[in-house]
Amino acid sequence: MNNRKGSLSAGLFILAFLIIWEAAARAVNMIFILPPPTGIIEKLWELKGPLLIEHLPVTLSTIIIGLVISILLGVGIAVWMSVSPSAEKAIYPIIISSQMIPIIALAPIFVLWFGYSIWSKVVVTVLITFFPITVNTYDGLRSGSQELKELMLTMGAGKKEIFFKLLVPSALPHFYSGLKVAVTLSVIGAAIGEWLGAQAGLGYFSRRMMTQFDGAAVFAPIVLLSLIGIILFVIVKWIENKSLKWRKSS
Amino acid sequence: MSKCGQEKRKKVLEFQNVTFSYKDKQQTESTPILQRVNTAIYEREFITIIGASGSGKSTLFRLITGLENPDEGHILLNGEAEEHRLGKVGYMPQQDLLLPWRTIQENAALPIELKRVRKEEAYKRVLPLLEEFGLEGMENRFPHELSGGMRQRVSFLRATLSGSNILLLDEPFSALDAITRLSMQEWLMEQWEKQKTTVVFITHDVNEALFLSDRIFVFGEKPIRTLQEVDVPLGRPRSLKDLNQPSLIELKDQLLEQLRGKVMG
Ligand SMILES: Nc1ncnc2c1ncn2[C@@H]1O[C@H](COP(=O)(O)OP(=O)(O)OP(=O)(O)O)[C@@H](O)[C@H]1O
Ligand SMILES: [Mg+2]
Repeated sequence: MNNRKGSLSAGLFILAFLIIWEAAARAVNMIFILPPPTGIIEKLWELKGPLLIEHLPVTLSTIIIGLVISILLGVGIAVWMSVSPSAEKAIYPIIISSQMIPIIALAPIFVLWFGYSIWSKVVVTVLITFFPITVNTYDGLRSGSQELKELMLTMGAGKKEIFFKLLVPSALPHFYSGLKVAVTLSVIGAAIGEWLGAQAGLGYFSRRMMTQFDGAAVFAPIVLLSLIGIILFVIVKWIENKSLKWRKSS
Repeated sequence: MSKCGQEKRKKVLEFQNVTFSYKDKQQTESTPILQRVNTAIYEREFITIIGASGSGKSTLFRLITGLENPDEGHILLNGEAEEHRLGKVGYMPQQDLLLPWRTIQENAALPIELKRVRKEEAYKRVLPLLEEFGLEGMENRFPHELSGGMRQRVSFLRATLSGSNILLLDEPFSALDAITRLSMQEWLMEQWEKQKTTVVFITHDVNEALFLSDRIFVFGEKPIRTLQEVDVPLGRPRSLKDLNQPSLIELKDQLLEQLRGKVMG
């Protein structure tokens, strides 16, 4: 009930925003700088062929490959840090400082290393998305209650059993929180990667249209990028609800 | 130790000169909780521990389970000095401590599962017991959907499934209403007689202690040097009416006096 009310007011808010935008764009009347929403949708329809067939698959595969690598890497590092305190001491600061690196400034180097192939964009995506996954999973693995651990010890549980039957289930909600942040960042990561050097992809297309002063065509792929982000988020949310049934009813 | 023949009975649990204190972060020892304590608990005995809050009752259980180790002295299980006691006694902690992501059935089956029994098999074994504990129809619920008393019964059931001959129960019935408490006490008596287990039972309820146990240990001021023992002069089977005998009323008063003295002192 409350939830429905919430999404209703969010919908109304977006609608109002679009109407104001539309009105402002028509008033300013400089389509190459501020295209109206209706113009963007028209353009989206006009360009649907190249956008959906040529550019969307490229960006989507960057995002998916990047996310898969991030999950494997992030969870791997988190588990390693949680079982080995010396690994934690060595790696944790590196992970934090990796977020201080201005990735956009580094990206040309990735282009040098990997060329215009998909991998230079995947690297950017991974660098942006592995952080929330690693940190959240690690915090989750440490959140297992001490009392429950002691209880399991008195039942004769070993390290492995404590890990799989206590730490992993405790970490799961945290992991999903990290993943939800990561999927939204992954879209940004892929787009940035493509701006810096690519031959196809939604980010690349948007940037190319910028040089042609085609405002609506700049926005059209961005609309698609946002849609990818939203859909990925909804998928993760759905998986989360499925696997954390015990939390839903609370 | 008035009961004749007790000396010949097998010692299930023995403390030899056990000293223990919690260490704070600087590793400096605070005042000990137990100081050179000697005691023995025999096969098939039912022992109740009463004592003021903070007197060290739960700490005794942490020592027996192996979560803590004595600073000095030895703890013997079934006649052997065991350094690694974890996994060797059944333990019900003071809080119910159920795993929130497991259903009631899965929670109760945990100790069986940890003994490397297949999950399906473990779950199947638990099902009829849930019914016996008044938890039928709850097997697929999650802990937060149960009342405090129900959760306590799940935790109690889980402790009895450890398969050990020693069962440590830390205030197992504190959240139950009088009627449920009574039926749980009866169930416990039945199991205790059937399964040849030794039970050590912490409670704040003197009546409960008198009704259930062979001997009562009274925990006094810290550090505890000698355990004050009280024999319960009742045969078995018992009924609640037996508690109305003059000698028992006197004993009860005496126990309450002892406890009150501790609080005052
Ligand atoms: N993990 C711990 N670290 C340090 N001190 C502790 C710890 N656990 C308990 N204590 C202290 O040891 C003393 C005995 O605690 P214990 O839990 O054994 O009491 P209790 O007799 O079980 O009390 P209650 O009836 O309230 O459960 C208390 O003074 C308590 O503060
Ligand atoms: Mg206690």
